[in-house]
Amino acid sequence: MTLDLATRKAAQPHFHTLLLESPFHERLAALDKTNDWYGWAGHKAPHALDDEELEYFAIRSTAAVFDISPMTKYRITGPGAVAFLDRLTVRNVAKLGINRVHYTAWCDDHGHVLDDGTLFRLGESEFRLCCQERHLPWLLDSAEGFAVDIREETGEVAGLALQGPTSYAILKEAGFAGVEALKPFQIGGFAHEGCTVTISRTGFTGDLGYELFVPRALALSLWDRLFEAGKFLGIRAIGYTALNRARIEAGFIVANADFMTAETALRGNRLRLPDEIGLDWMIDLEKPNFNGRRAIMAARAGKTLKHILVGMEIDGNVPPEHALVYHNKRREVGIVTAAIWSPLAKRNIAIASLERPYGERIQDGLWVEIYALRELQYQKLMKRARIVPRPFVTLARRSANPPGLF
Amino acid sequence: MKIYDAIIIGGGHNGLVTAGYLQRAGLETVVVEKNPWVGGAATSRELTPGFLYSNCSYVCSLFRPEIMRDLELPKHGLQIISYEGGAVFTRDGDYLASYRDHDAHRREFARYSARDAESYERYARDVTRQCRFIQPLLMRTAPDPFSCKPRDIGELLYLAKKFGEFSPAEMAATLRFWTMSIADFLDEYFETDVIKAYLALSGIIGTALGPMSPGTAYVLLHHYMGEVDGSVGAWGYARGGMGAVTKALASSFLAAGGVIRTGSEVDKVIVEGGRAVGIALANGDEVRARMVVSNADVKRTFLKLVEPKELPEPFLHRVKHFKMRGSSGKVNIALDSLPEFPALPEGSQCMRGDMHFTDSIERMERAYDDWKAGRWSADPFLDMMIPTTLDPTMAPAGKHFMSCFVQYCPPKVEGRDWTDADRDAFAETVIKQISDYSPGFRDRIIHMEVRTPREIEQEVGLTEGNIFQGELTFDQLLFNRPVPGYAQYRSPIQGLYICGSSTHPGGGVMGAPGRNAAAEILRDLDRSRSHMSAAHDVL
Repeated sequence: MTLDLATRKAAQPHFHTLLLESPFHERLAALDKTNDWYGWAGHKAPHALDDEELEYFAIRSTAAVFDISPMTKYRITGPGAVAFLDRLTVRNVAKLGINRVHYTAWCDDHGHVLDDGTLFRLGESEFRLCCQERHLPWLLDSAEGFAVDIREETGEVAGLALQGPTSYAILKEAGFAGVEALKPFQIGGFAHEGCTVTISRTGFTGDLGYELFVPRALALSLWDRLFEAGKFLGIRAIGYTALNRARIEAGFIVANADFMTAETALRGNRLRLPDEIGLDWMIDLEKPNFNGRRAIMAARAGKTLKHILVGMEIDGNVPPEHALVYHNKRREVGIVTAAIWSPLAKRNIAIASLERPYGERIQDGLWVEIYALRELQYQKLMKRARIVPRPFVTLARRSANPPGLF
Repeated sequence: MKIYDAIIIGGGHNGLVTAGYLQRAGLETVVVEKNPWVGGAATSRELTPGFLYSNCSYVCSLFRPEIMRDLELPKHGLQIISYEGGAVFTRDGDYLASYRDHDAHRREFARYSARDAESYERYARDVTRQCRFIQPLLMRTAPDPFSCKPRDIGELLYLAKKFGEFSPAEMAATLRFWTMSIADFLDEYFETDVIKAYLALSGIIGTALGPMSPGTAYVLLHHYMGEVDGSVGAWGYARGGMGAVTKALASSFLAAGGVIRTGSEVDKVIVEGGRAVGIALANGDEVRARMVVSNADVKRTFLKLVEPKELPEPFLHRVKHFKMRGSSGKVNIALDSLPEFPALPEGSQCMRGDMHFTDSIERMERAYDDWKAGRWSADPFLDMMIPTTLDPTMAPAGKHFMSCFVQYCPPKVEGRDWTDADRDAFAETVIKQISDYSPGFRDRIIHMEVRTPREIEQEVGLTEGNIFQGELTFDQLLFNRPVPGYAQYRSPIQGLYICGSSTHPGGGVMGAPGRNAAAEILRDLDRSRSHMSAAHDVL
């Protein structure tokens, strides 16, 4: 339905601002020293606010605050919400308890992954879906016949990720009584300024951590509450570069970085089934019907899966970002989608997309070709790569119950 | 008497492209043009002092960068500048803008419908997928499916391979896309009238079809296949008007040693013993050459310049029935100041792009209904530009040149010839429409040139004023353009070639027909084509 004239006219001046500011922008800008912003889903977001190394170590040693407000968020409500989400996504939503979160993915009818994201069950028939890309037409179209209401709420909700060993201590210090009871993937509601802040024990770092959501208007007061409480607990605002390092260590993938989403890929051979990007574990074939089920089953039965996503350790200390992967140094078999030197594992780690049977039946004899640009000269390296399980780093504190103070 | 290697009939952009490539291959080439200037439908003319008019074609996107480079057009003064979006004005006092910035574009659509804003991404992806299939075909001669020559078979296999790379779902989408109406196609993505109207315009420009006619989805694709410096689908202005394109082509050709004879109207192609050997000019002069290449459209070439007795009957039949229906006119205006559009907020860049007033598909289709009845549209569709908002070379400072492409406009008025009174009444529909959205517009007009299909045919030589030298419907594309069996720039007459937009891949200031024709000619002569770049890769 076309919006009314008054609403449209009020929105006319949007073109003066190309990147919108997050609800936390005032605080981020005050701390920012680098002026190194990028566009995240149409919002201004920091690559780093200060030194990216130090921001990374805040995640791993104290607590880091990362603004996740630009992340696309949909509110899905109604008596048909469970049935709808069961049809939409590959996991079993009926098994997702109230006040629980699960990581999930959804596919088109060809089984190609449209996106991955987190599904928050906030009530019996109330959900929040968080993801990288926008999917409103897809969600609305697939909701036909279900008693469900779907609304994008990205702009209305402010979100912060508080991640790191002291993250629980900070919440405790901030007076969120009862937060210690939250187990991984559990959600709780806590009082803040006469309203509710939704806190979940989730994150994208593989560390102890929480994600906090409040109505937009309460963003700054929530920020101040956390920073006041974290004053002596090493709280630090960070940008995406530091977060990206942590997520690679945790073995998490990023849509349109480690795989192309089905609605954005122009080239047909870039599309991926869940099994081709390491998401096979989440598919629940017990469910009689969900988007892509038939195609996924056919690909498995016919052994037509073409790709596989693997974790790799690479010899040496030069991260092979976007390097080609070879078998026996000759045959090209894939590409590295993400790679870093892991400070926590003290080794070179990478996520790579390989063409089967390499990475599947053939695990040995893999090499990566690294072009290291050093003072205007490429130093070409051929380094051995070994397939290893993800996550590359497992931290006991991430899942400790009750959570530790640091 | 001097005998040239090649005569090019018509100094339009394709003729000059062919001429440029032939001359650089060492062929002594002469371009013969009826007007006192070159350019065909890509001209910049000073019709009132101080103002340069892009009085026919008016924007640039399709012109192949390979040609610009091969013929050194930048050295000869060609610059293309991207424009900055545009707007459709709506009758309720709002507008729908298009912005270069991805997020701004999405938010603009979201002012109307959040769903449509996101559907646009899908739409853009699907259209881009189709473009990626067609684009590599532009700079290749269409294969002759009836030929057993290895090259034709190879090209057919290439086509089959490209098509075969599609998934079954994509193949289905492609076939649907080639045959659907743009209105039906857009209905699958969008719910907002003005968004559909804005996107549909590329499906009807230059075509005697309405947005609800099958085949118009493909026409849209034709307008999306261009680029400005690698930015696919982008449109821009030639600095100095569209004449800058042909001026650079002519300059490049002359620098390579070519000869241009302006003011020389061709009366007949001289055919001796089934072979084209020269041309007879209207003034009685003859020019002789080893071959003749016609940049005139296929009807003008074979129905006017060649004796019918020289042509096989089935060929003549097909030429007569080649669809080349005039559907558009132009109103070109010199303005003493920049018009105001009160609907646009302060700081809007919409005037530095294409502007329109047709805010629904239905209005567009109604405009087409008038054309079917043999009348110009009472409520026409306008593609309106003010290139002087970006190009300082076309008008005195503070003054502006405005180009209005107007659709629909029939080649004959209810079956009879146009009169000057008709022409003025046609212009009035345009001025009135603009004035409805821009108070005081009339008072800014210094000078105006109105071109109906009558004027376009008379001056430029395009039959019925059809801007594409034949419609871009799927029945007239690839190996069917212009005539099955003669889609490779050759004709039934030995030594007579065609190089204009009537040939594959069709119209628009693209240059690809001219370039492909030159390649075929050089192939026939067994000459080197090393000075011709291969088509840029589509990765």
